[in-house]
Amino acid sequence: MAMVTLRIDNVTLEVSENTTILAAAKQAGIQIPTLCYFKDLNEIGACRVCVVEVEGEDRLVAACNTKVSDGMVVLTNSPRVREARKVNVELILSEHDCYCPACVRSGNCKLQDVANDLNILDLAYDRAPERNAPDGNFPLIRTASKCIKCMRCVQVCDKVQSLNVWEVKGTGGRTTIGVKGNKKIWDTDCSLCGQCITHCPTGALRERDDTQKVWDALADPDRITVVQIAPAVRSAWAEGLGLSKEEATEKRMVAAVKALGFDYVFDTDFAADLTIMEEGSEFLDRLQNGGVLPLMTSCCPGWVRFLKGQYPELTDNLSSAKSPQGMFGAVAKSYFAEKIGADPHKIFCVSVMPCTAKKHEVAIPALSDACGDPDVDVSLTTRELARMLREDHVDVKHLEEADFDSPLGTATGAGVIFGATGGVMEAALRSAYFLVTGKNPDADAFRDVRGLDGWKEATYDVAGTPVRVAVASGLGNARRLLEAVKADDVQYDFIEVMACPGGCAGGGGQPICDGEEKAGERGSILYALDKDMPLRFSHDNPEIQALYKEYMEAPLSHKAHHLLHTDHHAWNMP
Amino acid sequence: MSRLTIPTPAAAQGVIDALYADLGRRLQSNAVGVCPVDLCSAFVKLCHSQSCGKCTPCRIGLGQLERLLEQLLDGDAGDGTLELIEKTARVISLTADCAIGYEAANMVLRSLKANRADYEAHLAGNCTAHFDAPVPCVTLCPANVDIPGYIALVRAGRYADAVRLIRKDNPFPSACALVCEHPCESHCRRRLLDDAVNIRGLKRMAVDNAGNVPVPESAPATGKKVAVIGGGPSGLTAAYYLALMGHAVTVFEKRKQLGGMLRYGIPSYRLPRETLDAEIKSILSAGVTARTGVDIGTDVTFPQLKADYDAVYISIGAHTDNKLGIEGESGKGVISAVQMLRAIGDGDMPEFKGKDVIIVGGGNVAMDCTRSAMRLGAKSVTCVYRRRKEDMTALPEEVEGAIAEGCEVMELAAPVSVELDDAGAVKGLWVQPQMISNISRGRPAPIKADADKQLLKADIIVVAIGQAIESEHFAANGIETKWGRIVADMDTFVKDNDGVFAGGDCVTGPATAIRAIAAGKVAAANIDRYLGFDHKIGAGVDIPAPPLSPQPPCGRINLPERPAEERRHDFNLMEYPMTLQQAAQEAARCLRCDHFGFGALKGGRTWQW
Repeated sequence: MAMVTLRIDNVTLEVSENTTILAAAKQAGIQIPTLCYFKDLNEIGACRVCVVEVEGEDRLVAACNTKVSDGMVVLTNSPRVREARKVNVELILSEHDCYCPACVRSGNCKLQDVANDLNILDLAYDRAPERNAPDGNFPLIRTASKCIKCMRCVQVCDKVQSLNVWEVKGTGGRTTIGVKGNKKIWDTDCSLCGQCITHCPTGALRERDDTQKVWDALADPDRITVVQIAPAVRSAWAEGLGLSKEEATEKRMVAAVKALGFDYVFDTDFAADLTIMEEGSEFLDRLQNGGVLPLMTSCCPGWVRFLKGQYPELTDNLSSAKSPQGMFGAVAKSYFAEKIGADPHKIFCVSVMPCTAKKHEVAIPALSDACGDPDVDVSLTTRELARMLREDHVDVKHLEEADFDSPLGTATGAGVIFGATGGVMEAALRSAYFLVTGKNPDADAFRDVRGLDGWKEATYDVAGTPVRVAVASGLGNARRLLEAVKADDVQYDFIEVMACPGGCAGGGGQPICDGEEKAGERGSILYALDKDMPLRFSHDNPEIQALYKEYMEAPLSHKAHHLLHTDHHAWNMP
Repeated sequence: MSRLTIPTPAAAQGVIDALYADLGRRLQSNAVGVCPVDLCSAFVKLCHSQSCGKCTPCRIGLGQLERLLEQLLDGDAGDGTLELIEKTARVISLTADCAIGYEAANMVLRSLKANRADYEAHLAGNCTAHFDAPVPCVTLCPANVDIPGYIALVRAGRYADAVRLIRKDNPFPSACALVCEHPCESHCRRRLLDDAVNIRGLKRMAVDNAGNVPVPESAPATGKKVAVIGGGPSGLTAAYYLALMGHAVTVFEKRKQLGGMLRYGIPSYRLPRETLDAEIKSILSAGVTARTGVDIGTDVTFPQLKADYDAVYISIGAHTDNKLGIEGESGKGVISAVQMLRAIGDGDMPEFKGKDVIIVGGGNVAMDCTRSAMRLGAKSVTCVYRRRKEDMTALPEEVEGAIAEGCEVMELAAPVSVELDDAGAVKGLWVQPQMISNISRGRPAPIKADADKQLLKADIIVVAIGQAIESEHFAANGIETKWGRIVADMDTFVKDNDGVFAGGDCVTGPATAIRAIAAGKVAAANIDRYLGFDHKIGAGVDIPAPPLSPQPPCGRINLPERPAEERRHDFNLMEYPMTLQQAAQEAARCLRCDHFGFGALKGGRTWQW
């Protein structure tokens, strides 16, 4: 590629000709502030905060979407630039509900950062934030008065998730973001993936905060509080809490959650292993007995919502196995209740998930198989957990590490990798191989399905039977895959789909690190944990073995069906 | 599912497009004097509605500008508001991603710069603006002719009264009925409904049907003597009113005949000589003495006139030519527009028969020369202009008329040199192809195109690139001039020269007949006052009350012309008048702003001045 030479402030550098001014400046070690910009997703120059002066141009240009050219001279902090940036941020603030102390994103807000950096001390303009609409108690809440119309939510929903739930509505000064077709968000096929939340630069989009329900339960002496922590949570839980990577261990996370006062802190990884037992068995059953194929995983409620909303005709392809969260709840309020001799109605089951769609899942009426109450009472996001830790002023950094409680706290590496795209598939194949052959394969035999590619495929020989598998993450990729399946362009036996790009590690309930896609980094934490685990096969989990022995009898048994499987036809998308 | 569809405009879009057109007409007819801050605020609001909403400066910034302007208008603005408006507009202009935003902001910046005083007045809670144009056509007529009044008279069939009413402000009703550029029509309120009233056409209806209308009685003689230098529209207007006021007026005219540019600039196919002569005759009948063939500076000196007369009005017009300044321009066969039209004015027709004629220029004078050349029997007539056709300052109908008559308009060609034969006679004109380019001072400017120059064959080249003023004699005798123009105030007083007044083309540079007439009227009033009098000029005509008839939208009647093939061979009047039926409908289109709206408050008319 041709190279060009340009000068940015006092730095002369050579970059390839397709570089934006913003990227070139970064190479030169010069920071240009951005607000609406999100690399590869939203490079539309809407906020006009990244404007710079280009010698010879009358007007300022947006650094984020203007390409460099040979001989270009760029000033990133000229008086004109300084004034323009400030005015544009002041204009944005004039329409922003700047009640920052009472905002979920305070301290982690791109707008706040930009405004602070620019030393904006008072606002010259009249304040007129957009009026808020009622939120309808939906797990996804948009606060219009905080929206800066960066369009990232529209872009991620359109380009990455292909659901087109959000759209630019209205024109002129009343241009805003709304739900397509003037619907209420809860009347759409929104998957609740939460990607719009994690891509929002401000607090305009957030999950419904359910922490008070948990505080109430914790304070109730009659309730037995049980919490399960999803695999991906451990890869990100401390991101906003000021801990180093070394300090932010899984065991310290357990200690932190214990510090909140839960009676039992369990691991969703255990339930993931259980999911493998059921789903893996279901797969072999369908494969051997002519069931509906390809089997599609059902652990991701965002994906399940997507499929039921967009491809309801494929509902029977979904595994009937509940998600690990759901299995955990059903086990907690049956097996576990029996084991501790407690009334299951007294058990308050909380989950900490990297996910916003899980909030919908726990509210599905059909998922109340154990005792008639919802199997899981409250599903919190990783962010809500962090907020609870802050609210209780838990000094997480100095906590002694702790272990998960038993009996639902032991897991294998197979359960851990559920949190990364391909993990469910890999874990299922590890056990399926065992179930067919009676011996464990190399634990890393199926690693081809790892990685951040949106659509991966592989064929494995399982005791002479070729098993064709596909793994997709991100609903846009899932849509492409389903279209290909429907068109018979591809043939698979088993498909794993995660709604969020990169899987749960990049989940919509994970901590927000503006401008960064963290799924890869977090996923590698999970794979590292798996590698070091003494047990890496779900069927080797002694607590799983005990559960079957003492209670469930066998995978796909009548009892297992009652507690661990569900009828996906029992509810409908709007 | 189809990948693409053919877009068809929805019915609603059709209505919206029509609304845009309505709004466009409404803006064109916008009243003079409207508060610039209020207007700017309205513009910003309109521009804001055009925003797609993507970018901060446009989506929010324009809204904040609107707010700030409204605060200013409401008297709620504080110190620094103007600076904040300016800063906000500046940043929008610098950072908006597309023209919807930055051009809106530029409009605010321009408005603020041009009307700073109004903005500042609003800071103090005041508005300097007031509705300056109760009756738009009257306001926009330089001579403030009572247009609704004479239209009502035409509608009533009282043509002679219409002429009397026009003459109150303009002693050239017939000439103006044929050649006026009708600025009165530009902001006609009728445009809010459909289109401007054809005011000039109705004036022609009046003068064509009025018969001989004697001028009013003059006031008793005052014993004061006034000299008018230049017998064109401005000088004759001043002379006419001064004579009616009872002063003894003598007009000194350098040429053989009176009329100025009406005779020596405008060809007779637009203004027949007999019409002009009759009009001049009626002006003189007010008691004006005219001395033609007298050159001030040669035959009589300006100081002499100053000494002999109580007041002097200088209205010498702009009768000398501008030069191209190119090689070969002095060759035989290169003539100026002034020379050509002056000769025609005196009936001394140039010999163009069978010749290739090139006219250089793009104004109305160039068109007069072009069309006259065709009438003189030229083999070919080409008008060469360095900008585009649409950039010509000539009226579009003049250009179209010339083309219809078989003249060629060669646009984007700049004269480079005149090709002469050995005898020094014109052989042709070298032109350099041009390309239209950036807009400078409101007009797209041509630049040299990457193309070779061309030789256009020509026997005659007429240079029609503007006129200059022969003011040296006056400059030498204590009259201030600037670029040849005589410097006079808006009230026609000439500084440091007691009793000397000036107006018309010699003050403004080449302009229109009606502006010259207006200057003559102003001069007459101020000379009368200067001489110690306060004579009033009125018409003594009552105006019919407006009927309360409904005003359905209605097309404007345009005046047809004789077929091009017929008219191109003679100098006879080319324009047809309205029929009685047409005039009745057209006159009924007048909204009578003298009576309705602000006219009712202000009385609607000046009965005398």
